[in-house]
Amino acid sequence: MSQAAAEPRPVAIPAPIPLREIAPWALFAGVVLLALLYLVGMDQGATSVFSGEVLHEFVHDGRHLLGFPCH
Amino acid sequence: MVRALLVRGMLAGLLAGLLAALFAGLVGEPALDGGIAYEDALAAAAGEEAGVAPVSRGVQSTVGLAVGFVIYGVAVGGILALVCATAQGRLGALSARATVVVVAAVGFVAAVLVPFIKYPANPPAASADDTIGLRTGLFVVVVAVSVGLAVGATVLARRLSATLGWWNAVLAAAGGYLVLVVLVGVLLPTIAETPADFPAAVLYDFRLASLGGHLVLWTALALVFAELVDRATRPAAAALR
Repeated sequence: MSQAAAEPRPVAIPAPIPLREIAPWALFAGVVLLALLYLVGMDQGATSVFSGEVLHEFVHDGRHLLGFPCH
Repeated sequence: MVRALLVRGMLAGLLAGLLAALFAGLVGEPALDGGIAYEDALAAAAGEEAGVAPVSRGVQSTVGLAVGFVIYGVAVGGILALVCATAQGRLGALSARATVVVVAAVGFVAAVLVPFIKYPANPPAASADDTIGLRTGLFVVVVAVSVGLAVGATVLARRLSATLGWWNAVLAAAGGYLVLVVLVGVLLPTIAETPADFPAAVLYDFRLASLGGHLVLWTALALVFAELVDRATRPAAAALR
C-alpha cells in the first residue's frame, strides 16, 4: 500500500456484513434478548407469563431504577 | 462475524450492568427507600398490617438489583451488537469502533432519554396500583415509536448523505426525528398520579439516579464494546496499512 510514514493513520472502514448473514441472528437472538428485557422489566406486572410474584419482587429495585412502570 | 459481535456485545453488557448496579445501589437505593418509607407510613396510618414479603428488602436492594441490571445490560448489549453488525460499513467513513459509539448514543437517546422525558421513572408508591396496565402499554408504545423513528431517521440520513453530504443529512434527519417524536409525546396521554404529599426530594433524587444509572450503563457498554470490537478487527486493519 502507500508509504504512509509521515501521514496520519488511515481509518479502516469495515466491510458491510451482508444482511442475509445477519437476518437469522437478528431473528433468533433478537427474540431471546427481547424476552429477557420483558422478564426483567414487565412480567408479573401488567401481564404474567409466569404466575406468582417472586420474579417481580426479586428484580423489584432494578425494575424501578431502570424506569419500567411498576407500582 | 455476527456471532463474534454478539458475544462481545453481551459480555460488554454484563460488565456495564454490574457497574450501573453499583451506581444504582449507592445513589438510587436511598431514594427508593424514601418511597418505601412513604408507602409504609400510608399503610401504618390506614392501620394495615405489614404482610410477609416473598423477597426481603436486603435481597431486593443487593442481589436482586444487580441481577436485574445485569440481565438488562446483557440484553441491551446483545441488541446493540446486532444493530452494530448491520450498521458497520454502512454509515459513511465510520470505523467499527466509531460505529459502536454512534449507534449506542442514538440508542440511548431513542430508547431511554426520550421515553424517560415522557414517562419518567417512578419510585415505589408514586404511581397508582390499578393503572399498571395502562402505564406499561404507553411505555412500550413510546419506546417502540421512538426507536422506530430513530431507525427511520438513520436510514434517511444515509440516503440523503449522497446528495447533501453527511453533515446536512444528519441535521435534516435528526430534525425530522425531533419534530415527530415531540408530536407523538404531545399526542400520548399524560400520566400524573404522584400523590400530592409525596416527598418531592425523593421523587427528584430517584429520577436523577435512574437516569444516571442508565447513563453509566450505556456509556460503559459503548466504550467496552467499542474496545472489544476494535481489538477483534485490529489484525485485519493492520494488514491494510
